[in-house]
Amino acid sequence: MSAIVLFMAVIAVIAGWWLSQQRLMSKPWLEEGALGDFPAAHEMTWPAAKIGLGVFLAVVGSLFALFISAYSMRMNMTDWRTLPVPGLLWFNTAVLVLSSVALQWAYVAARRDDMEDVVIGLCAGGVAAVTFLVGQLLAWQQLRAAGYFVASNPSNSFFYMITAAHGLHLIGGLVALGRTTAKAWRGVEMPQLRLSVELCAIYWHFLLLIWLALLGLLTGWTDEFVDICRRLLT
Amino acid sequence: MVDVPYDAVTEVPPAEVAEVDLYHPRSWWTRYVFSQDAKVIAIQYSLTATAIGLVALVLSWLMRLQLGFPGTFSFIDANQYLQFITMHGMIMVIYLLTALFLGGFGNYLIPLMVGARDMVFPYVNMLSYWIYLLAVLVLASTFFVPGGPTGAGWTLYPPQAILAGTPGQDWGIVLMLASLILFIIGFTMGGLNYVVTVLQARTRGMTLMRMPLTVWGIFTATIMALLAFPALFVASVMMLFDRLLGTSFFMPALVEMGQQMKYGGGSPILFQHLFWFFGHPEVYIVALPAFGIVSDLISVHARKNIFGYRMMVWAIVAIGALSFIVWAHHMYVSGMHPKFGFFFATTTLIIAVPTAIKVYNWVLTLWRGDIHLTVPMLFALGFIITFVNGGLTGLFLGNVVVDVPLSDTMFVVAHFHMVMGVAPIMVVLGAIYHWYPKMTGRMLNDALGKFHFWVTFLGAYLIFFPMHYIGLLGVPRRYHDIGEAAFIPSSTHTLNAFISIMALIVGFAQMVFLFNLAWSYFKGRPSGGNPWRATTLEWQTPETPPGHGNWGKELPVVYRWAYDYSVPGAPQDFIPQNQPRATPVLQGAAP
Amino acid sequence: MAVAIILLLVAVGSVLFHIYSPWWWTPIATNWSYIDHTISITFWITGVVFFAVIAFMAYCVFRFHHKEGRQAHYNPENKKLEWWLSIGTAIGVAAMLAPGLFVWHQFVTVPADATEIEVMGQQWQWSFRLPGKDGRMGTTDVRYISPENPMGVNRDDKHGQDDVVIESGELHLPVGKPVKVLLRSVDVLHDFYVPEFRAKMDMVPGMVTYFWMTPIRTGTFDVLCAELCGSAHAQMRTKVIVDEQSEYDAWLAQQKTFAELSGRNAVTKATYRSGGK
Ligand code: HEM
Ligand SMILES: [Cu+2]
Ligand SMILES: [Cu+2]
Repeated sequence: MSAIVLFMAVIAVIAGWWLSQQRLMSKPWLEEGALGDFPAAHEMTWPAAKIGLGVFLAVVGSLFALFISAYSMRMNMTDWRTLPVPGLLWFNTAVLVLSSVALQWAYVAARRDDMEDVVIGLCAGGVAAVTFLVGQLLAWQQLRAAGYFVASNPSNSFFYMITAAHGLHLIGGLVALGRTTAKAWRGVEMPQLRLSVELCAIYWHFLLLIWLALLGLLTGWTDEFVDICRRLLT
Repeated sequence: MVDVPYDAVTEVPPAEVAEVDLYHPRSWWTRYVFSQDAKVIAIQYSLTATAIGLVALVLSWLMRLQLGFPGTFSFIDANQYLQFITMHGMIMVIYLLTALFLGGFGNYLIPLMVGARDMVFPYVNMLSYWIYLLAVLVLASTFFVPGGPTGAGWTLYPPQAILAGTPGQDWGIVLMLASLILFIIGFTMGGLNYVVTVLQARTRGMTLMRMPLTVWGIFTATIMALLAFPALFVASVMMLFDRLLGTSFFMPALVEMGQQMKYGGGSPILFQHLFWFFGHPEVYIVALPAFGIVSDLISVHARKNIFGYRMMVWAIVAIGALSFIVWAHHMYVSGMHPKFGFFFATTTLIIAVPTAIKVYNWVLTLWRGDIHLTVPMLFALGFIITFVNGGLTGLFLGNVVVDVPLSDTMFVVAHFHMVMGVAPIMVVLGAIYHWYPKMTGRMLNDALGKFHFWVTFLGAYLIFFPMHYIGLLGVPRRYHDIGEAAFIPSSTHTLNAFISIMALIVGFAQMVFLFNLAWSYFKGRPSGGNPWRATTLEWQTPETPPGHGNWGKELPVVYRWAYDYSVPGAPQDFIPQNQPRATPVLQGAAP
Repeated sequence: MAVAIILLLVAVGSVLFHIYSPWWWTPIATNWSYIDHTISITFWITGVVFFAVIAFMAYCVFRFHHKEGRQAHYNPENKKLEWWLSIGTAIGVAAMLAPGLFVWHQFVTVPADATEIEVMGQQWQWSFRLPGKDGRMGTTDVRYISPENPMGVNRDDKHGQDDVVIESGELHLPVGKPVKVLLRSVDVLHDFYVPEFRAKMDMVPGMVTYFWMTPIRTGTFDVLCAELCGSAHAQMRTKVIVDEQSEYDAWLAQQKTFAELSGRNAVTKATYRSGGK
C-alpha cells in the first residue's frame, strides 16, 4: 500500500498548503464586516471547470495509485512471472507524447488567438491519441497471439486491466476533445474556447504522466529504481 | 450629533450573477424529473435512499426475528440470513447513509449555506443522481435473479464471495459489484460538484472560517469519499476479473468441496487492504457530515455559538486526514504481519483525541445555553449519547490486543451500529425535523416528532447496548442461530428475544415518522422563512421553499460567521450572517 | 426536567446493567488473562468518561433549558479548557494503549518451547495435525489434497509420515504446555475461535497464520468459526479438550498417523522415492 499512502501524503501536502492560506487560525467571531475589512483570505480565482478538473485528477490519481499498490503487493507472490513488454509499447508511448505535445501546441496557439493552429493542434492530438489506443489494442493482440492470456498469470492480468483502465480514461478525454474541436470548428469565440483547450491539454499531460508511471511499473524499472534507492539509503 | 453606525462595518453592494449562468427548466419534466436544480436532485436522492433504506430496515426485522426466535420462522434459512445481512449492511452504509448525507443533505444545503445559486456543474449533478438510481436498481434486482443476492457479508471477502459455498455466487455477487462500480461513478460526479461549489462558488464574504460546520463536515467527507471510493472501485474490478475471467488477483490455490480449483497464488489479504482502505474512511464519510450537522443543530437550538469553533474545524480536518492511515485496524486478526498491529493501534487511538474534543465542545455548547428542547435538539442529545457510547467501545476494538477476543463477535455488531448506525441516523432524523420547514414551508408535527424521538432513541439504545454483552460472552456475528454451546447461558435467548421485539418497535416508530412527513406536507403548521431563528444563509432566502436560483435577484453578502447567537447588546438573540450590523443604526444617538 | 432525568437514567442504567449483567466473558482457560485485564482497564476508563459526559449533559439540560427571559452566555471558546481536556484525553488514551501494546508484544512473541500443532479449516469442518515422534510436522500443499489425503500432507516429506492426523474430530491438548497453533485453510477464510482461549486468528487459504497460548485448566471447550465462510458457517463446530498430561498421552496413543491413514502403498511409494535420492 506504499504507493497509495505516498499519493495521499502528496494530496495532504497540497491540501495543507491550501488550508494554510485560508486563515484557519483567525477568530471569526471577532471579524465582523465585509471581506475587505480585514486581511482578505485567498480568493479562488480559477474558473470552476479548472478546479473541477484538478479535483478529478486527484481522484484518477488515487485510482491508479491503488492499482499500482495492488500490483506491487501481488508481485511479491511466488507465482508471478513478469510479462515481456511488447516492443510496440515504445511506439505507443512516443505517439502519446506526440499527442500531448500537439495539445500543448494548441493551447499555446489559443493564447495567441490563432484559431487555425488551435484546430490543427486539436485534430493532431486527437489523431495521435486514437493511434495510441489502436496501438494498445494491437499490443493486446500480439500478447494473446504469443499465448499470454488474461488469466494465465497475475502479471498478465494486471497488464490487461491497467492498460484498459488507462485507455478508458483516454477515451473519456477524447469525448471532451471532440466537443472542444467541434466548438472550434463552429467558430466559437476564442475566450470561450481557450479554457476548454487548456483543460484538454492538462488532462492529456496527466494521462501521459500516468502512462509513464505505469510503463515504469510494467517494465520493472520502477522496481529497480526503488531497489537502488533502498540500497543507497542503507 | 452625527449619524454614526454602531460599528465600523461598511456595507458592500451584492454581487449580481449573470443570468446566463443559470439553467432554466422549460417543462414539467425538466423541472421535476430531469431537473438540474440541486434542491430537486437532493430530494430525489433522499427519496431514493429512503426507499432502499426501508428495504434494509425490513431485512433487519427479518434478521432479528430469526435471531430472537430461532427455528420459529421456517422461511428464513441460513443462506437467506446471510443474504439479508449482506444486503442490509451494504444498503445501510452506502446506498442509504452515504447517499443521504452527501447526495441529499450535500445537494440541498451546500449551495444554500454558502450563498450560491446552484451547484457549479448542474448537468453533471443530474447525471450523478440518475447513475445512483441505476446503481440502486441493479442492487435491488439481485433479489429477483437466480440464486438471489450475494451472502458474502457486506465486506465481500474473497475467496468466499465468489465460490459456490456462498449464496448468490452466480448472479448476486456480479451484480453487487457492478452496482458498486456504478455507485462510485455516480458519486464521483456528485462529489466533484460539492467540492468545487464550496471551493469556488461561495458568495462574497463567505470565508472558510465563516462557513457553518455542516458545510465543513460535508465538504471534508466528500473529499475523503472522492479519494477513498477508488479503493472500492479497484477491489470490485479486480474481483469481477477473478469471478468472470478466472484471474487470480485474490484467489489462492484452493480446493472447494473436494474439487481443485483453477485459481492459484492470489492473496485474500490484498483484497482486505483495498477494501478497508475504503472501508475505514467510509465510517468517517458517514460520521463527519453528522458531526457538522449536529454542531449546527445544537448551536441553533441552544441559542449559543458552537463552543470552540476553530477547534471543531481543525478536528474535522485532522480526523479526515488521520482516517486514511488506520484502515488495518479492521485486520488485526486477518493474518497480516503482527508488527502492523503496533502502528495501526497507535494511529487509531490517536484519532480518539480530536474526536473527543468534538464531543466536549458539543456538551460545552449546552453549558449556560438557552436550551430549547425541540425535536431536532432531542435528536442531537440522542446522537451525543449513542455516539459517545459507540466511540468509547471503539477504543476497545482499536486497541489491537483487546480486539483479539472481541473481533467478529456481536460486540463488533453492537459497536458499529451504535457509532455509525444509530448515531448518524439520529442526526439524519434531527436534520430532517430541522430543515423540513425550509424544504416545504411547513413544520413537522411536534407531538408525533417527540413520540418518534423517544421510541427511536430509547429503543435503539435498548437494542444495541445489551448486544455488547452478548458479544462479550463470545457469540460470533453472522450466525443465524447460536445453537447449543456450553458458554452460552439460556438467559441469552431471552435477551435476544427482547432485542428483537425492540427492533420491531423501533421499526414501527419509523412508520409514524413517514406518516408525519406526508401528513405535515399538507396539513403542517406554516413555518415562515426562519422558524428556528437561525443565522445561516439558508434561512434568509427570499422565498420558502427557496425558488430556482435560491436568492432572487441579488446574492447575499456575508458579514459575519455562522454563530452569532445571544451576542451581548444585540436586540435579538441571533444575527443573520448577511446582516451588516449587530444592531440597527441608531438615528441621532450619541457616538 | 423529565428529559434531563431520562438522560441521566440512561447513564445510570447502563452502569447498573454493566454491573449486574449475567452476560459476561466466559472463565478464561489460557494464560491470556492479560487480555482480560486490559479489557477491564478499558472498561474503567471508558465507563468513567461515558458517565461523566452524559451526566454533565443531563445537568446542562436540567439547569439551562429554556425559560422565559433566559439568555445564553456568550463564549466563543476557551483555549485553556480545550487544551486541558485534550491533554487529559491523551493521557487516558495512553493508559489504555500502553498496556495494550505491551500485551500485544507478548501475544506475537512465541516462546521457544512451544509445541507446534496445526488446525486446518475447510467448508465446514475442522481437522487437526500434531507432530509425531520426530517433533516436526511435514510440509503441506493444497495441490496434494485428494480423497486419501484430505489435509494435503506432502508424501515425500519424511517428517510428515508420523504426523498424527485427526480428520474432523476433536482436538486434545495437554494442560500447562505452551502451544503454537498453526492455522491453515484449504478453501475460504475461517477463524479458529474458542471463547475461553481469548486468542484467535483468521485462517487464510494460501498462507499459514498462527497464535500461541498455554492452556491453564482442563475442560472441554466449544470451537466455533468466527469468520464468515459460507452457508454452514454457524454449524462449523467441534470441541477442544484440555487434559492432564497422562490422559493426553493415552489419547494420543490411540490416534492414527498420516502413514497409517493413507495406507501401505503411499508409504512404500514415499520410501521408494526418498530412498532413490
Ligand atoms: C434498528 C435498526 C437496525 C437493526 C435492528 C439492525 C440489525 C442488524 C442485524 C441483526 C445484523 C446482523 C448481525 C449479525 O448476525 O452479524 C446487522 C448487520 C449490520 N448492520 Fe444493522 N441494524 C439496524 C440498523 C443499521 C444501520 C442504521 C446501519 C448503518 C450503518 C446498519 C449497518 C449494518 C452493517 C454494516 C451490518 C453488518 C453486515 C455484515 O455483517 O456483513 N444497521 N444489523
Ligand atoms: Cu475503521
Ligand atoms: Cu466460518
